[in-house]
Amino acid sequence: MTEKPGWKTIPPGGLILAAGNAKEYKTGEWRTQRPVINKDLCSDCLTCWINCPDSSIVVADGKFKGFDLDHCKGCGICMAVCPKKAIRMEPER
Amino acid sequence: MRCMPKVLPLNGDDAAAYAMKQIDPDVVAAYPITPQTELMQSFSQFVADGSVQTELIVAESEHSALSACVGACAAGGRVMTATSSQGLAYMWEILYIAAGYRLPIVMNVINRTLSGPINIHCDHSDTMGARDSGWLQIYGENPQEAYDNTIQAVRIAEHKDLRLPVMCCMDGFITSHAVERVELLDDDVVKDFVGEYVPTHPLLDIEHPVTYGPLDLYDYFFEHKMQEIDAMSHAEAVVREVSEEFGKIAGRRYSLLEPYAMDDAESAIIVLSSTAGTTRATVKAMRRAGKKVGMIKLRCFRPFPKDDMVRLLDGVKAVAVLDRSDGLGAYGAPVFNEVRNALFDEDFRPQIVNYVYGLGGRDIGQADIAKVYADLAEIISTGKVKQRVRYLGVRE
Repeated sequence: MTEKPGWKTIPPGGLILAAGNAKEYKTGEWRTQRPVINKDLCSDCLTCWINCPDSSIVVADGKFKGFDLDHCKGCGICMAVCPKKAIRMEPER
Repeated sequence: MRCMPKVLPLNGDDAAAYAMKQIDPDVVAAYPITPQTELMQSFSQFVADGSVQTELIVAESEHSALSACVGACAAGGRVMTATSSQGLAYMWEILYIAAGYRLPIVMNVINRTLSGPINIHCDHSDTMGARDSGWLQIYGENPQEAYDNTIQAVRIAEHKDLRLPVMCCMDGFITSHAVERVELLDDDVVKDFVGEYVPTHPLLDIEHPVTYGPLDLYDYFFEHKMQEIDAMSHAEAVVREVSEEFGKIAGRRYSLLEPYAMDDAESAIIVLSSTAGTTRATVKAMRRAGKKVGMIKLRCFRPFPKDDMVRLLDGVKAVAVLDRSDGLGAYGAPVFNEVRNALFDEDFRPQIVNYVYGLGGRDIGQADIAKVYADLAEIISTGKVKQRVRYLGVRE
């Protein structure tokens, strides 16, 4: 683990002086179960993308491409809303 | 630069409100509570009359009032408020947030007893509980000091080495509602003294986006608190610097504490706020009778001027610390603990006793103070302390 900066060098009062840095916080570490896709059933309807509270459904060219597991907290909403039952949750080991 | 003072008969609340008018802060958010009400009533009249440009937020509680102050100060404004007692208690969680985010908010606190049983009169139980909240605490003796402290507090809070909120405390009713002669500075003089507020990281600067109040866990919280502790370690120097500069425009000299007749004093009383006036009058009378008595008025309780206090007590044989609040369950009340602790490392240690007095607004007069000096004289002559922590003026 790299040494974190000390009190003499960090911004005062807990301020964050840059925008758009939530992606640097890897909330995926919180996950106890992960979503797994069955591409044979997926119709690319992107209902999961609409509903994911952590913007962790990766989409390109209008197609489902996978999960952003650095930020997916494993809540299972994608599984619950998938009309094709193409997503299942598997325990993290 | 010295100007001819304008003199008005004002009570402490109105004197502080007049200072706020001259400071003309960007935002004031407040909720009324006795005995602070008259301060905010006067200030809101200035707002209604168009004498200030201030955006006045009439909040639905003190919790909301200080929260609005935090938001407005983070946005980049110069922000002030005022409260008392239960109102301060209701602000509690936001007190630490204002200090933790390093927001230089200035608040007049009109000291009033915390319930219960319910009481509207003066003691220091409200602000003493907030002594470790990261706010500076400056205690004023009379309406003149309420005015002067409010003006200085703006500069102190916003000082680049500090960036911490400041409470200006005055005694409820005794100071807040008693009319005295108050010398006022010219509007332009105050305006020049406080200058224009330059915020360090304003939320409204959209070219430099900033987040206030993110989650701060075990990996960084300690470092941020350490920054706050480090800033507070500069507070004594900042208060001294601003007080000296204020002395040049007002002709009234302030520091962190004010000794009176201490040069050859054998016994001394340490006291805050309005009771310093009663004590000074008692000392004056006793000095005329040849008694070697003195007084130290503690103006700043946060930061606590340890070195100044130790230096002034060198050579004093017996000391009484007067506390207008108790430290229930503690060995003595807050000011006593602080002073006694400061003396532990010294070769010369006077006998030191604690008098808790004036709770719930119980009056204290010169006869009470004279009794304390008589007790100290007995301690000096016998070398014995019968009771270390005493309660002055309570019926048995």
